[in-house]
Amino acid sequence: MVPLSWYLIFAAALFSIGLFGVLSRRNAVAILLGIELMLNSVNVNLAAFWRYGDVRMMTGQVFAIIVFAVAAAEVAVGLALVISVYRRRNTVVADELDLMKW
Amino acid sequence: MFTSTMFASILPEILILVLGILILIVEPFWKEEKRRNVGWLTTGGLLAAMVVSFLFARPGEPTATLGGMVRFDWLGFFFKMLFMFAGAATALLFMDNEKIGHRGEAYLLLLASLLGMNLMAVSADLVMLYLSIETTSIPLYILSGFMLADDKSTEAGFKYLLFGAMTSAFMLYGFSLVFGFTGTTDLYELAELFKAGNLPLTAALGVLALILVGLGFKTSFVPFHFWAPDVYEGAPTPVSGFLSTASKAAGFAVLVRLFFVAFPDFGVSWTVTLAIVAAVTMTVGNLLTLQQTNIKRLLAYSSIAHAGYTLIGVVALSQLGATSVVFYLAAYILTNLLAFGIVMAFSRVTGLEDIKDYAGLSRRSPWLALMMLAAFLSLAGMPPFGGFVAKVFVFAAGVEAGYVWLVFVGIVNSIVGVYYYLNVLKYVYLYRMPNEDEENLPIPLTRPYAIALTVLAVGVILIGTVFAPWFSWSGAAALNLF
Repeated sequence: MVPLSWYLIFAAALFSIGLFGVLSRRNAVAILLGIELMLNSVNVNLAAFWRYGDVRMMTGQVFAIIVFAVAAAEVAVGLALVISVYRRRNTVVADELDLMKW
Repeated sequence: MFTSTMFASILPEILILVLGILILIVEPFWKEEKRRNVGWLTTGGLLAAMVVSFLFARPGEPTATLGGMVRFDWLGFFFKMLFMFAGAATALLFMDNEKIGHRGEAYLLLLASLLGMNLMAVSADLVMLYLSIETTSIPLYILSGFMLADDKSTEAGFKYLLFGAMTSAFMLYGFSLVFGFTGTTDLYELAELFKAGNLPLTAALGVLALILVGLGFKTSFVPFHFWAPDVYEGAPTPVSGFLSTASKAAGFAVLVRLFFVAFPDFGVSWTVTLAIVAAVTMTVGNLLTLQQTNIKRLLAYSSIAHAGYTLIGVVALSQLGATSVVFYLAAYILTNLLAFGIVMAFSRVTGLEDIKDYAGLSRRSPWLALMMLAAFLSLAGMPPFGGFVAKVFVFAAGVEAGYVWLVFVGIVNSIVGVYYYLNVLKYVYLYRMPNEDEENLPIPLTRPYAIALTVLAVGVILIGTVFAPWFSWSGAAALNLF
């Protein structure tokens, strides 16, 4: 069987890639994608911990399902906000949204 | 299976939900110009819910209900009452804001986030905690970007969402690691496991750092404060008021419960970290406030500084510390809501938001100026207002726990704070409007504003003069943590 640590390293890598995307991308949609990657890495973590821990305890699975649901809600709101910004300003590049500074 | 204790433990949330559904049903039948009455309904409903909960759903001995998801105790109950009061006041302040006051959705979103905050205050399980934090945040993202025709508002909602989603992913990663290390998500079981030494110190510190990112965002302490000024400036002003008070207090409620209940055994390591964070937060918040010219941004940066003062109570990790945090948040919610309410009432009539626009306010509207005096002196920490007593207790807790240097930093910072708060009052009381007769330019208050501001101002004075009952309630609430 694949050892647990492989899953954890995979999740950590996924999280780091997502974070890199969030910090380096300028397009709002790409930033949202990065956030999704981070949330999915959490799901990998949770599922792996559940499988390698006490399998009769459903906590890990339930947690993962709730994370799915919340992530879906968050992206729905996120895309709506992106659209509302795009309608006003004709751009979704984060750097150009700088009406308010200091 | 569903016992009366379970029912009582979530009675306020059930009532809020019922109220929300009621608004959804009633609002479409009202005519466009009567829609703002939803605000009366929301406020009345929330106050009724508070009374009903107080009569029938008072907690006794702390118990875990709903499968360990919810902790039914005085700490949670006290916070719930605070949040619902803040929600009721915010609903009144919504009413005469023509951008959002005529839309039933705004009140519904307010109630949805209030539901999440109430659950944040009582959740005793990481799953519940995450769910309630997101239930709070997502409606607030929408409310911040609610004014679709306003460039600043859409930008504020957008920034708030991106920052919030990223930091909550950090916190969630921390939660998943806690679950992995211990095999449980129950906060009280976690405490037992940590006592048995199941978690190495380095792992605990890593996890705590991840969780602190998420909570640092909610309570806006440095270095996770970048969103706060932008969002407070751009969002509709009543929403900014709600964000800076109830949402921040909810973050502190979680912080206190999580750290005092689940992680006290790693206390030495995280209190030092948090002490440094508190000192930096106060200093950075205050120094950045000094150069603000927009009143909403001034309040935003000063609310960052206030998060720093409150953190001193958390750092103390003692009973007095917890009590002082609860008390500070109660005083801060009243004071800051009052300050934002005055800003709203002023800019509704004048459309202006700069500090220099407040020149001559004492002649244009003496009562409004007087309430502004109460709010800003309370924020600055002057007797006889709530902010003074709250600061004294927080500093006392810090000294008692041996953090004299931190309290020293806090006192120096509150002196800096006095400068910029008095600077605003200087415009209000000493300066005149150039070439205008102020008597002819009054600032009329509509009834919802008058009621909300009067209640808040009286509250600010009461909490600062008759503070013994407030303090003993905070003490009773804090006792549940130990």
